[in-house]
Amino acid sequence: MATPTPQATVVAATGADGAAAARQSRTFVRATAAMAVALAVAPHVGIYPVFLMKALCFALFACAFNVLIGFGGLLSFGHAMFLGTAGYICAYAAKKWGFPPELAILTGTLAAALLGLVTGALAIRRQGIYFAMITLALAQMVFFFCLQAPFTGGEDGIQSVPRGRLFGLLDLSSTLVLYYVVLAIFLAAFLLVYRIVHSPFGNVLKAIRDNEPRAISLGYDAERYKLLAFVLSAALSGLAGATKAIVFQLASLTDVHWTMSGEVVLMTLLGGMGTIFGPVVGAFTIIGLENYLSGFGQWVTVITGAIFIVCVLAFRRGIVGELGAWWAQRGR
Amino acid sequence: MTEIFGVPTQALFGQLLLGLINGAFYALLSLGLAVIFGLLNIINFTHGAQYMVGAFCAYFLLQYAGVGYWWSLVLAPIGVGAIGVAIERTMLVRLYKLDHLYGLLLTFGLALVIQGVFTNYYGSSGLPYRIPDELAGGINLGFMFLPKYRAWVIVASLAVCLATWFVIERTKLGSYLRAATENRALVQAFGINVPRMITLTYGFGVALAAFAGVMAAPIYQVNPLMGANLIIVVFAVVVIGGMGSILGAIVTGFGLGVVEGLTKVFYPEASNTVIFVIMVIVLLLKPAGLFGKEH
Repeated sequence: MATPTPQATVVAATGADGAAAARQSRTFVRATAAMAVALAVAPHVGIYPVFLMKALCFALFACAFNVLIGFGGLLSFGHAMFLGTAGYICAYAAKKWGFPPELAILTGTLAAALLGLVTGALAIRRQGIYFAMITLALAQMVFFFCLQAPFTGGEDGIQSVPRGRLFGLLDLSSTLVLYYVVLAIFLAAFLLVYRIVHSPFGNVLKAIRDNEPRAISLGYDAERYKLLAFVLSAALSGLAGATKAIVFQLASLTDVHWTMSGEVVLMTLLGGMGTIFGPVVGAFTIIGLENYLSGFGQWVTVITGAIFIVCVLAFRRGIVGELGAWWAQRGR
Repeated sequence: MTEIFGVPTQALFGQLLLGLINGAFYALLSLGLAVIFGLLNIINFTHGAQYMVGAFCAYFLLQYAGVGYWWSLVLAPIGVGAIGVAIERTMLVRLYKLDHLYGLLLTFGLALVIQGVFTNYYGSSGLPYRIPDELAGGINLGFMFLPKYRAWVIVASLAVCLATWFVIERTKLGSYLRAATENRALVQAFGINVPRMITLTYGFGVALAAFAGVMAAPIYQVNPLMGANLIIVVFAVVVIGGMGSILGAIVTGFGLGVVEGLTKVFYPEASNTVIFVIMVIVLLLKPAGLFGKEH
């Protein structure tokens, strides 16, 4: 049996003929609308809004990560550095400089994008397995920096970050208002990811993923495309981190630690690499699981590791990938 | 007291020695990673966890069976190597036809499971392991005090590294191994049992990690997370050295240990990050690594 690469799981999104593409995009619009409605209603049917906001931040983080692995074929093992750095900068801007939330989040996002530009330029100098090791090492460097730098507050992190008023109008201290703001940020970023992936840029990126020498021979500057994908992914991860800092009013070392980089890989792998909805499903599953198992201490790590193993050995397409394959089979 | 660049020589040589010790572990671990990667095309993320399990093996052997350091040095690598063989046979073997990244993901998951189980039972504080009587105490060299055990770690790891180099580069078995790294199918066609060779290679690489773990037990405490942060530094060492050459891995490992030790003397704030900074510089100047082959 032919075994799929992480890339082959893209559910026939690219280069399909017109009719199929139109059907695809109709399905996407329906599914997205269903997701948006479900998420808008969720806090009113007894689901704890803070849990939902955490899951949404991680879903956004995983979507950002997926741009790189699912469509660029680049496995970054250091994405926590963008989540964490943006969190710190956003928290610092909101607390020490008194920035309003929208500006604090923007500052955090920009910081992550800048960090992505520097680390991306370094990491894309090597490919495959080396790319993963380099991103991991760079993220560890950022971790040590955050541990020692005075502005991050070391082990304590930056606490009691003010939520403030969005655009001077919306008071974010109300959990429900904050929830809808986070939901809006998530949906906007989600649609942006869809747009990126289906743009000419996204198609070139997929071409580079599938066959880099051929893409280069066709005249595409592969390095620039990869770097741009890396920066976009870093910026969106930063958006997730900055939003998370406002939601939890906290920026801490947990978000820059390598376990966080592993977690986002797991969410994306479990949900389905290279699928649009996979990272969202993966993030909600993992955050839900952690929430449910929070009393079990270190066993959570063991279970997380076990899910990794099962996914790699038996379930490489992830939840959404497997469902998509089953659906396609059934349709025939 | 004599000083060099305003630093007391005692402190300088002390850190240099510590650097060489760290370098010995970098060399042993990156060597294992390089050997495994050469044949299996898998970056063994579990390496740090296997190093930790090696140290725990020594601890268990002493605690529950009264087996001392010297036997542990032989038994722990064999035991952990055997577990490695089982892992290769049951899991890794299914991944050879897939993208290399899946090997990284699987071994990452394994590392989480192993570390999680040990942390669950032993917490994250360290357990002490005594230095064997034969190597207790030290020698006064005049300019510094040299603890015997530390000297032994450097000599022993250097010996193991060089023996590994000799076997791979200078013996018939090693030539099969190198040939299989180049072209697996062709070597198999010559009637050599390549799958078995792959299994044993993984077992051997893992045994090297466990050996390093036993050696580390008396120096650092035996701790479930002792390998977790180390393995990331070792990855940086591998990127710096490139995985093309065995001797390169050894030289880079020891060299970076020394550099790290010296940083602790002259600019302690950067001692955690210096290896990563060197990695950045190497990536800028020579992306394939100091001893790597351009592809």
